[in-house]
Amino acid sequence: MKRSYLSGPYLVWAAAFILLPLAMVIYYGCTDESGHFTLANIAAMKDWVHYRAFTSSLILAFLATLICLLIAYPLAWFLSQHFRNSSSFVVMLFILPMWINFLLRVLALQVILSKSGMLNALLRFLGFPALRLMYTKAAILIGMVYDYIPFMILPIYNALTKIDESVVEAAMDLGADKKTVFRRIIFPLSLPGVISGIIMVFIPNISEFAVADILGGSKILLFGNVIEQEFNVSSNWNLGSGLSVVLMLFVFASMAIMNRKDSKEEGGGVPLW
Amino acid sequence: MVKKRGIFGRIYILIICLLMYAPLFLLVVCSFNASKQRSIWGGFTLHWYTDMFRDEEVIRAVTTSLTLTTAAALTAAVIGTLVSLGMTTMKRRSKALVTITSNIPLLNADIVTGISIMLLFAHFLSLGYTSVYIAHVTLGLPYVILNVSPRIMGMDKNIYEAALDLGAGPLYAFRKVVLPEIFPGIAAGFFYAFTISMDDFVVTYFSKGPGMNTISTMLYQQLRRGINPEMYALSTLLFLAIILLLGIANRVSMSGKEVTGT
Repeated sequence: MKRSYLSGPYLVWAAAFILLPLAMVIYYGCTDESGHFTLANIAAMKDWVHYRAFTSSLILAFLATLICLLIAYPLAWFLSQHFRNSSSFVVMLFILPMWINFLLRVLALQVILSKSGMLNALLRFLGFPALRLMYTKAAILIGMVYDYIPFMILPIYNALTKIDESVVEAAMDLGADKKTVFRRIIFPLSLPGVISGIIMVFIPNISEFAVADILGGSKILLFGNVIEQEFNVSSNWNLGSGLSVVLMLFVFASMAIMNRKDSKEEGGGVPLW
Repeated sequence: MVKKRGIFGRIYILIICLLMYAPLFLLVVCSFNASKQRSIWGGFTLHWYTDMFRDEEVIRAVTTSLTLTTAAALTAAVIGTLVSLGMTTMKRRSKALVTITSNIPLLNADIVTGISIMLLFAHFLSLGYTSVYIAHVTLGLPYVILNVSPRIMGMDKNIYEAALDLGAGPLYAFRKVVLPEIFPGIAAGFFYAFTISMDDFVVTYFSKGPGMNTISTMLYQQLRRGINPEMYALSTLLFLAIILLLGIANRVSMSGKEVTGT
């Protein structure tokens, strides 16, 4: 029918500005400076610097996700108990930070964590020695958790409020105690939300470089920083692209694994987050 | 017993809320602080605000962000709505193709999306306003499609056909029958595309050429250089703008809410 013409602009757009750019990354990643095919840029992952940056990124992203989950799950649970209406003011309070520019939130953290910042002023006031948090991995971790926790709270909260209360009541009527109800009913039903949350916190954090740059200083290199520097400092686009290909493959692979788990649990219910 | 647990939950909610907002609150306080030092209160001032409005770099970045974001979100809304309409008559395969391609920038690491656009433009054209605009449209498209196409799928097609039977031209029928039905979805999609684009740092950072800044990239530069208190003033105003915008959006697109799922 005629209507398929309407997809034209999108298809052109997708080919030119989604697929072609990705092909460019792969092209640069698989060639050397003179344009000859090579896998050296991808094999460069074996270099100690790159390997270490990658593992640091993985560990930090993993820890950030874990901490977010540990804080957010109880929070989402209590929210779903007391405030079931997702447009209530209190729930909005936890959604609002998602819309605040993320560098602005990093700036806010810097105000607190820096050497002459509020946290140290408070500690000094209470008679404790000052902490050196800025430019450590701990600061990066705090930054990651602070920046991404709303993305963990929201999907879990959504999943929890969607649980049909009659299912819980049925379980209780059949003699399940509170622990069993949680373990066998509520937690499994909230899993799609948990998985969405994990994806939304873990994936952006593996490639994080701005938080690491600002709160971690230039000495701590994460994988995102390494890639950024290949482009903006060393101008080695081929190597930068090669490492980007590795990152991309890793992201899509972990996404595929998690989505698989997701669809096993709940028939692929959660489309996005 | 039950009551006690309720109190514990509320306290927990309160504590996390305080932890989340304390940094932002202090940022606002800093914007009124006459002392440049963050932990010393030097009296109330509006100095940083007046400075900010006189700072050309800030004004330029804010204008760039606003025009760029509006243009990108509008383009994304139009292209996304068109393809959502087109998808209804597509075969399954082509539909899957649209879904997959539009999901790529959504799922991929932002740094790779940014680099890919940068490579394309640096290789064939040149970096600048256009490349950032294109990158932002690409970022916004999946949100428009995700918001609009469920609305179209859920629409009763008979109404459109009834309008045609009653003598309306296809365009007139679209404007009078289809558009009002799917408009909340388009509005929600536009809103998402707008905020995603406004918030974006990483993709902009790579796809912009030298000499141009959005609010995000300017904040980044300032943060690396050591902070100028004007940034606190700017942050406070942005913070206010977002609260206003969310308040309005919440009111306007209540009906589009269940579709977005967030």
